[in-house]
Amino acid sequence: MTVTARETILARIRDAQALAPASAVDIPRDYRTGRTLPDADRLALLTDRLVDYKAEVHTCTADRTPEVIADVLRERAVCHLGIPPGLDRTWLSAYEGEVHVDSADTPVPELDALDGVLTSSAVTCAETGTIFLDASPDQGRRALTLVPDLHVCVVDLSTVTPGVPEAVTRLTPTHPTTLISGPSATSDIELERLEGVHGPRTLAVVIRTDM
Amino acid sequence: MSTPTYLGMPALPPRSPYGTGNLRGDRTFPRAAHDELRNGQLRRNLGKATHTIRAKRLAVTGELPDWEALRDAGSAIKTDTMNRLPELLEQLEAKVTEAGGTVHWARDGAEANDIVTRLVQQTGSDEVIKVKSMATQEIGLNEHLADQGIKAHETDLAELIVQLADDKPSHILVPAIHRNRDEIREIFRAGIPGVDPELDSVPAHLAAAARAYLREKFLTTPVAVSGANFGIAETGTLSVVESEGNGRMCLTLPDTLITVMGIEKVLPRYADLEVFLQLLPRSSTGERMNPYTSLWTGVTPGDGPQNFHLVLLDNGRTAALADRIGRQALNCIRCSACLNVCPVYERAGGHAYGSTYPGPIGAVVTPQLAGMDVSADDPNSSLPYASTLCGACYDACPVKIDIPSLLVELRHQHTEATGRTAEKLAMKAAAAVMGRPGVYRAAQKAAGLGRVVAGRDGKISHLPPPFNGWSDSRDTPAPPKRSFRAWLASAEGASALRAAAEEGARTRTEADGPDEEEQ
Ligand code: SF4
Repeated sequence: MTVTARETILARIRDAQALAPASAVDIPRDYRTGRTLPDADRLALLTDRLVDYKAEVHTCTADRTPEVIADVLRERAVCHLGIPPGLDRTWLSAYEGEVHVDSADTPVPELDALDGVLTSSAVTCAETGTIFLDASPDQGRRALTLVPDLHVCVVDLSTVTPGVPEAVTRLTPTHPTTLISGPSATSDIELERLEGVHGPRTLAVVIRTDM
Repeated sequence: MSTPTYLGMPALPPRSPYGTGNLRGDRTFPRAAHDELRNGQLRRNLGKATHTIRAKRLAVTGELPDWEALRDAGSAIKTDTMNRLPELLEQLEAKVTEAGGTVHWARDGAEANDIVTRLVQQTGSDEVIKVKSMATQEIGLNEHLADQGIKAHETDLAELIVQLADDKPSHILVPAIHRNRDEIREIFRAGIPGVDPELDSVPAHLAAAARAYLREKFLTTPVAVSGANFGIAETGTLSVVESEGNGRMCLTLPDTLITVMGIEKVLPRYADLEVFLQLLPRSSTGERMNPYTSLWTGVTPGDGPQNFHLVLLDNGRTAALADRIGRQALNCIRCSACLNVCPVYERAGGHAYGSTYPGPIGAVVTPQLAGMDVSADDPNSSLPYASTLCGACYDACPVKIDIPSLLVELRHQHTEATGRTAEKLAMKAAAAVMGRPGVYRAAQKAAGLGRVVAGRDGKISHLPPPFNGWSDSRDTPAPPKRSFRAWLASAEGASALRAAAEEGARTRTEADGPDEEEQ
């Protein structure tokens, strides 16, 4: 009978545990969870953190979404915009360029030809300035928000949590999830922080305060 | 999927096989450190890096009122994980399989290398893109793939620099920190095909050159190899924490993804991420959150790689687990905070440790994974002495690994096995990095109390040499007759160590000129 690597490793672990029996541990979870903060405080905290990590921040009410988005795209001279299939099209009513609706069939190199991408978001953590994308239809597959050089991301204030634990409880583990805190960055050359290596070099966040 | 029942006497699990992978240098620590110290560029770069990251880390950890509670939770979760390792690994395997992935088990590095090679060959590709992974570096995967005619492209900027220069990483987090911008420009001009010959050494231009070169690789290479920071047993979710986006590229664009993960990286619950996503970035880069973290569970139709393989690696980890004290080292989340606070690392640099894992954690994890050979002049046997036992690493560690105690335990095991005096070895290692053997000897003579170190009987007879400034003229109680470990664990031991470390730091400062920063 051949012994598989799996059996061997599991047997080794049991041997190790027999040789050095473990003492049981209680896990103290005295860190902060279930926090709440008023809207204004969450907005202020999130804005501070996003700006600190060199993201561009725009704040507006829901009725101004199309205008604000159009302004951001115009300023960046976006003519070819990628969107996920489930995005609310009314957001684009003031945008005049071309729109490419992404799907799993679009070859990834074509995403490289886009000037930018516009998506929604699942959850956002204010304390760390982290946006969570979970690949829902209004956010799209992961490649869509990765390959283009500009990501415009709409965040509704109701989805903004104070801290990390409050954000993690809102996630769906089976969804591929990407946490984004500012544009991509490196400090690999003499520890000098540089924005933008492989991911989008610009992250523009549109926070809607009444949604 | 039956679990083998346990029969007979437990056997000590094997270490990583001698002579394989990158868990052993070719020279002892004092010798290697001696040479590294001559590299002024390395010392300057490293000093700047460690001090900068240290200051950032202190700022962002100080920001959280519940930082200590997070550390306590992190430490307990990892200990609980090690206690329940078999069931958690089986659960992880079941969940990954359920989600469309395939799980492989590798007893050692050679087996993992073979598995990865076979999986790559099955795709028909002779190239892979890689995201920085310590596990694959530990097992020497790139070298093995090259022997099999498969080219592995490192995609992390620092790893790319290291790879193009045919060099070795010197820091867990910033592996090319020993290179300055001019060197990097030369490395790129020589190593990147078609790079602009006029490329200057402005960091942004260097990064742009890497972006252009790698983008083509990301878009065309059908297979990626990654490591993993965490693997969640409850859901089968894997995680890679990164900054540049090269990780997202590798995890998202290819058809096939192969993830090599040490068995100790499993975590019980998805909710445990709420602890580790706070501990890791703040301790590692000193950021509130790193720019990108990817979480994925098996295969998602229409999104990302459609073939996913997880290789679970032992390679000496079960041997470490069999050591009641040493197993703590498996709790490490590879944040590198302990490197950045270590006076020995700062002077010697990462290469002196001869292993994928440098610094304080490397000094405890390397000998445990790969063993300390008794007969030969094994470089790994010198690692537990590459420390002043000042305790800064313990204070910095987000999962509270008691590295000084582990070092003392390893020293003890080594002297037990070889009969060599720990004192002599510690003296050699410490003197090599602190640079002034004369200062050391004089200080030791002055220390009338003698030096405390666990002798062969495990009793205190001497003070370790790094406590060079410590003397009984300071009204220190005579060391009690108990094991060094017990003494170290006591409040008295801790305060004595601190006093000695401070004294040592002062002595060093006087000998070397002013330090730039107070810790
Ligand atoms: S031992 Fe602790 S401080 Fe050092 S790398 Fe591991 S987790 Fe970080």
